[in-house]
Amino acid sequence: MSQAQPATKEIPPKAGKKIINDFCMTFSTINGSGSATANTILLRSLFRMGIPVNGKNIFPSNIQGLPTWYSIRLSKKGYLARVEKDDIVVAMNPATISTEIEFMVPGAVLFYADDIKITGVREDIITYPMPVRKLIKEADVQPNLRDYVANMVYVGIVAQMIGIDMDVIYKTLDYHFKGKKKAVDSNWMIIEAAAKWAQENLVKSDPYYVEKMPELKDYIMVDGNTAAALGAIYGGLQFVAWYPITPASSLAESAIEYLPQLRNDPETGKATYAVVQAEDELAAVGMAIGAGWAGLRSMTSTSGPGISLMGEYLGLAYYAEVPVVVWNVQRVGPSTGLPTRTAQGDLTQAAFLSHGDTQYVILLPGCASECFEFGWKAFDIAERLQTPVMILSDLDLGMNTHMVKTFKYPTKPMDRGKVLWEEDIQKLVDEGKPWGRYQDVDGDGIPYRTIPGNRNTHAPYFARGTGHDEMTRYSEDPSVWERGMERLKKKINSHKELYPRPEIQHMDGAKLGIIAYGSTGPAIDEARDLLAAQKIPTDYLRVRSIPFNDEVCDFLHAYDRTYVVEMNRDGQMRQLLAMDYSDCGSRLVSVAHTDGMPLSAEWIVNSILKLEEK
Amino acid sequence: MATQTQVNVAGLTRNDYKGSPSTLCQGCGHNSISSQIVAALYELNIVPENVVKFSGIGCSSKSPTYFLNRTFGFNGLHGRMSSLATGAMFGDVTLKAVGVSGDGDTASIGMGGFKHMVRRNVPIVYIVENNGVYGLTKGQFSATAEKGLELKHRGRNVFGPVDICMEALASNATFVARSFAGDPKQVKEIIKAAFSHNGIAVIDIISPCVTFHNKEDSFHSYTWGKANESPLHDISYVAPRDEIFIEDYEEGTTQEVTLHDGATVVLKKLEKSYDPCNIYEAYRAIEEAEQNHWLLTGIFYIEPGAPTLFDSYNLVEKPLNRLTPNELRPSKGSLEKLSAHFAL
Repeated sequence: MSQAQPATKEIPPKAGKKIINDFCMTFSTINGSGSATANTILLRSLFRMGIPVNGKNIFPSNIQGLPTWYSIRLSKKGYLARVEKDDIVVAMNPATISTEIEFMVPGAVLFYADDIKITGVREDIITYPMPVRKLIKEADVQPNLRDYVANMVYVGIVAQMIGIDMDVIYKTLDYHFKGKKKAVDSNWMIIEAAAKWAQENLVKSDPYYVEKMPELKDYIMVDGNTAAALGAIYGGLQFVAWYPITPASSLAESAIEYLPQLRNDPETGKATYAVVQAEDELAAVGMAIGAGWAGLRSMTSTSGPGISLMGEYLGLAYYAEVPVVVWNVQRVGPSTGLPTRTAQGDLTQAAFLSHGDTQYVILLPGCASECFEFGWKAFDIAERLQTPVMILSDLDLGMNTHMVKTFKYPTKPMDRGKVLWEEDIQKLVDEGKPWGRYQDVDGDGIPYRTIPGNRNTHAPYFARGTGHDEMTRYSEDPSVWERGMERLKKKINSHKELYPRPEIQHMDGAKLGIIAYGSTGPAIDEARDLLAAQKIPTDYLRVRSIPFNDEVCDFLHAYDRTYVVEMNRDGQMRQLLAMDYSDCGSRLVSVAHTDGMPLSAEWIVNSILKLEEK
Repeated sequence: MATQTQVNVAGLTRNDYKGSPSTLCQGCGHNSISSQIVAALYELNIVPENVVKFSGIGCSSKSPTYFLNRTFGFNGLHGRMSSLATGAMFGDVTLKAVGVSGDGDTASIGMGGFKHMVRRNVPIVYIVENNGVYGLTKGQFSATAEKGLELKHRGRNVFGPVDICMEALASNATFVARSFAGDPKQVKEIIKAAFSHNGIAVIDIISPCVTFHNKEDSFHSYTWGKANESPLHDISYVAPRDEIFIEDYEEGTTQEVTLHDGATVVLKKLEKSYDPCNIYEAYRAIEEAEQNHWLLTGIFYIEPGAPTLFDSYNLVEKPLNRLTPNELRPSKGSLEKLSAHFAL
């Protein structure tokens, strides 16, 4: 490769009408056709050209044969949220093309496989047919691979037409196939032939172009689930029990992929961790709690339906004071709901999970880098407080590839919490201070624990979910129960310094507040700029943990109106805030919406404008 | 004046294996089982700190507090002992595990987890104290109650019973045994054998409930056993609310036992020549006993040397829960390498 790339014939747009590095492309394919590779190649190539980019996969709960869309948004300004309309559509699926055409902006471009019969095409869009079958036939590809490489046709044609450097495409292909020459070559052959065909046969009459930008230094492209798994691994993850569920499976699977290379003993090759695929989520969390009790940095990853099943056990872990980390990569519920679509609908579930008085530390990562950061931090919090820590991600954050700041190595040494080993126990015995598992010796609500395998005869205790006193004896004494529960409350609420603080951004003259969390961050950032352009500056607080820190309280009190933006029906964050800060209840306005799609800035702006008009 | 206290090879007295006083009903078969766990571990010279005990919820699951005060234990959720123990034992695989469950805990709510634990061959002595009834919730039918059983306030059970040993075998258990709580010698010997087995050892111990399961027609009092002939011994009168104990009897023979309610049970021990390594024989023996209405006891099946759960993990020698932060957190350089990869 690497000969000079021939230019596309074009009718140049009028001066100033070129749209460079600022548009959205959607690829419509049939799932199971191997389009993920084609889309990834384009996404990563654009990133390599220094263009801020995001890819979102909108896929069905199905393995093969149903429509799938992949949207790539390029934004020189770095706006990476979903947009509601497409500038470019690449249509490979005859079943959905008419819908896609509906969602195109005026002047948009439609690339389509030329065997798709399109009727009544809008006059305000530009169309380019793609001879997919012809090119595949000519390319001499093994018949069994034809469908798989068919999508490479659009990679070549789109790259040629919008001006992606073919050298970059080749390098990305080589990266994707980890240098496997046969795979690289067979795909490259199609891409090259398709680009050549476009160069010779199409005349560009649309305004969409890409251009190289300065290198995106200190940025990486990664999905939240991989980031979460790696964060956990750098946090000393020792035990994972999990049960397959979309969209969480790839979190545990990433752990399975990376643990052997990062955490096998360099000398013996033996593992310092164990992963168990459990028979269901009841067992997954049971195993994780067992391992956490036995002194391992233990976690499970699941989605809402799994959390529902884990409720009883997490209540026990809270009461028996067992450290464990639970990732919830949220999807749309209730019930099976929309299992391949995104939502933030499990927040109140996390806050109130299990029966009786419970409370959990909840972490809310806002990007893949934070998935990494909270991945290791969660263990420190869980072990320090001897309690379950829940981390709420979602399908968009977890499964889609995002451009984010590179991972930061853990900034703090591991905190294994208050653990007593043989000599520690012996010292207490020698000093005549009998140890009790649930005694609040330090007055901070956090007791000391021992771990099975501690051979000191004074170390063992009997853990239980039933009522127990400070010495772990079974007790139905009313005062013992109440004392224990008050200590638990104190334990969680008096250590807020351990929880990630909110991120706050100000604008000059802001009279409105916006509160959001999780994956909606990019949409909020863009919406705030759009609102500011309409002379509505806003201040913004991104909640990163619950229980709420004092900064959240201060923020709520600083504005007459604070919009709480989230992806669920009932405004769950608003509900939690209004409970904790009831005096602010009337100032908190819910901007909540859920249809399975990531929030767009457009929707947020329109919603807030409408509410402001009132 | 000092009396010499007897110690075992580990230098421990029987007292070192004791638990707290039982709060179960007087005469409950479960108490006898607790005693035999104590006796077995004492005789095996196993240091209590090297054992971890588990249970679910129910009368049976209270038992772990009645033995081995000097071991770690975890009384988890109803039916979920299996997963709790599976995860916990990864902490230090040099420890031995004993779990006590009941027929409701194992054969109803916990059936799925139980079978998967068996399938994974988690090294644990898994004791089911089986009385065919929910005791702690006051006398509902359990899944091991036999068809046709009538209980006060509950009416007639119309469903066939779950045979825990059969379920264990079907899930490829590597040690399956059945005993009777009133036969302490056999209970102890089986528990000792189970502790010597590296893998899951399922012991279904019929343990009559003195309070809720004393109807004459019940499986766990086996009136139909009366029809069976040639009992070896006549059991002497058993005072109500005393634990039932029988005298030792020969392999291959039967023994009629009178229970609290005056009903009798026909116990049969496996033949001396029985080969416990033959799984076909195990299925046959259990099926034959069911056909003949015997409570057949003994070790049905052992598969020695089968890989355990932990054998399928290439774990470091040091117990996982003793690893230091240095051994758990990969280097900064490795993260830089990874980041560079994701930056491409």
